[in-house]
Amino acid sequence: MTLLINSEIRLIVQGITGREGSFHTQRMLDSGTDIVGGVTPGKGGEWIAGKPVFDSVRSAIEATGANTSIIFVPPASAADAIYEAIDSSIELIICITEGIPVLDMMRVYDYIKRTSSRLIGPNSPGILIPDKLNVGIMPGFIASKGNVGVVSRSGTLTYEVIYALTENGFGQSTCIGIGGDPILGTGFVEVLEMFENDPATEKVVLIGEIGGRAEIDAAYYIKTQMTKPVAAFIAGKSAPEGTRMGHAGAIIERGHGTAQEKIDALIDAGARVASNPDKIVELLY
Amino acid sequence: MRLHEYQSKEHLKEYGIPVALGKLATSADEAYEIAKELSSPVVIKAQVLTSGRQKSHGIEYAWTPEDTRAKSARILSTSILGLPVNKVLIDPRIDIIQQLYLGITYDRSIGRPVLVASSEGGIDIEQVAIDRPKAIIREEINPILGLRAYQITAIASHIELPRSYWKQFTEITQTLYDIYAQSDALLAEINPLAITKEDTLIALDAKLVIDENALYRQQQLNTLKQHNHQYTAETEANNAGFSYIKLSGQIGCMVNGAGLAMTTMDMTTLYGGEHIGPANFLDIGGGARSDKVALGLRLILSDPDVQCILLNIFGGITRCDEVARGIISAYEQIQPNLPIILRLQGTNAQEGLRIISDANISNMHTAKTLTQAAKRAVDSVRDMQS
Repeated sequence: MTLLINSEIRLIVQGITGREGSFHTQRMLDSGTDIVGGVTPGKGGEWIAGKPVFDSVRSAIEATGANTSIIFVPPASAADAIYEAIDSSIELIICITEGIPVLDMMRVYDYIKRTSSRLIGPNSPGILIPDKLNVGIMPGFIASKGNVGVVSRSGTLTYEVIYALTENGFGQSTCIGIGGDPILGTGFVEVLEMFENDPATEKVVLIGEIGGRAEIDAAYYIKTQMTKPVAAFIAGKSAPEGTRMGHAGAIIERGHGTAQEKIDALIDAGARVASNPDKIVELLY
Repeated sequence: MRLHEYQSKEHLKEYGIPVALGKLATSADEAYEIAKELSSPVVIKAQVLTSGRQKSHGIEYAWTPEDTRAKSARILSTSILGLPVNKVLIDPRIDIIQQLYLGITYDRSIGRPVLVASSEGGIDIEQVAIDRPKAIIREEINPILGLRAYQITAIASHIELPRSYWKQFTEITQTLYDIYAQSDALLAEINPLAITKEDTLIALDAKLVIDENALYRQQQLNTLKQHNHQYTAETEANNAGFSYIKLSGQIGCMVNGAGLAMTTMDMTTLYGGEHIGPANFLDIGGGARSDKVALGLRLILSDPDVQCILLNIFGGITRCDEVARGIISAYEQIQPNLPIILRLQGTNAQEGLRIISDANISNMHTAKTLTQAAKRAVDSVRDMQS
């Protein structure tokens, strides 16, 4: 998968012995994803779903040649798990964990920028390449192989859209959930850039929501750099104004964050925006 | 988690920031006693978790204890933006010559804390930011290094703070950042930070918002959580791991996943027009076991405005046949007599829909798409209204 990583994926699961970790390890194996092992400190030497468990990421790499990690570690230790993966030179880190404190993520974000590791998430449903790879918690059966790249900030809403695409004959090249948290390792713009350069992707579907300015930045990229057509949906048009982060928050965000502003920016950039997720499909013909 | 002004100021005081902080009163008589004790003019401040208190007449000056009693009685009998005022803070009134603004929050687009400061603090700071952006300075902070002394000097210099205050300003600003980082705050704000007639700096008002995800390591602040909750339905939802927001419409929505829940709200608003819309936002999270569905239904039904229920579940990892069984068992426990529109999609949806139709529940209707479900819910509210 040259989209995210230069060589073949060799995947380990951090938090493999936990409830979520072991459940999704089995699921990913069932859907044909190759997992070379897992890590849980203090449980090295055990086996989960026929895969060896190691005490550290470093020892897992020595034994298996792992280059990719998926993290199911609980929020209080998740930042530490990400640092361990970065310090062990894991190339691609996908963090599923939801509820990591913002301060922890800001530090992780600052640290990882200075390395060659890439982080997807946290609070991401993962990456799905139909018929090839399912790293994460997305239900694989909803997807089918094709040329539409899907990038999203949400979970079940993404499944809805992928399902609708499949039902209407639009297969997907790659589906990436960048995560629902405010601080993310990889943003819309970086994924759009990958899709723009990916020969397997011809059209792109972007699913955004209220809050932050990631979709505004995406619109600017679409307007200035992108040649492939983009269809979008933004959730939260009817949402009441959330708790504002005091005056400082208002001053920093300067109004960016409403659904309408994002819709306007995307339309201005030449993207087609659906008023309703059922209608995205119509915008791809 | 947002803290009250008095809680925020107590927290700042513990860290050594000078604050104007009197005492809390829950009755007019208590307010009278506090004013007498302070033996100075006072400021009476409603303690409700909303902004714009001053503009809603929730803040008043009083010159005598009698005056304090009368004005506190009025404020304690009102509501501010729908929130009843149960307590007022009686602060000593401080003579000031200038108001500064100092706030730290995070900027998600750069993934860093940002300090915002101005020499034109007070309630109109956001207008200042629009009218005279140069009067506001924003300084990005490296979250690993923290706020450095040179940055504070740059801020003091930019807002043209007289040098005689720099030492105290540096201490207060550094401490505010320590509070921000050590308390896992999402916002730490002092507005105004006043320059007094005695040439000292003092925090007249403060606001702290704490990251809910970090409360596990903030024991002291966590104890304030139960204390501050005002809506019972929202508290109950919170305890169950749901996220619930009461809205003004008639369609009670229950959905798995936040993005899909927002979309369901958007669709009922789109088809409902001006008078019909969602009664709530309710995300019951991943999966949809029967105990979760039952709790969600109870939450929705506790709202007297609800005239129709819309259940929108996408079965991903959770199979729709399990969800269908959960819905039927929850239905049997609660027996709601409102129309229920159900949309099930995803893993084993056919099987799930067959289970629902076999149960033969007369007020439960199924819809295939989200559009159909939203239209159907709107129609049933319209039928009841006509």
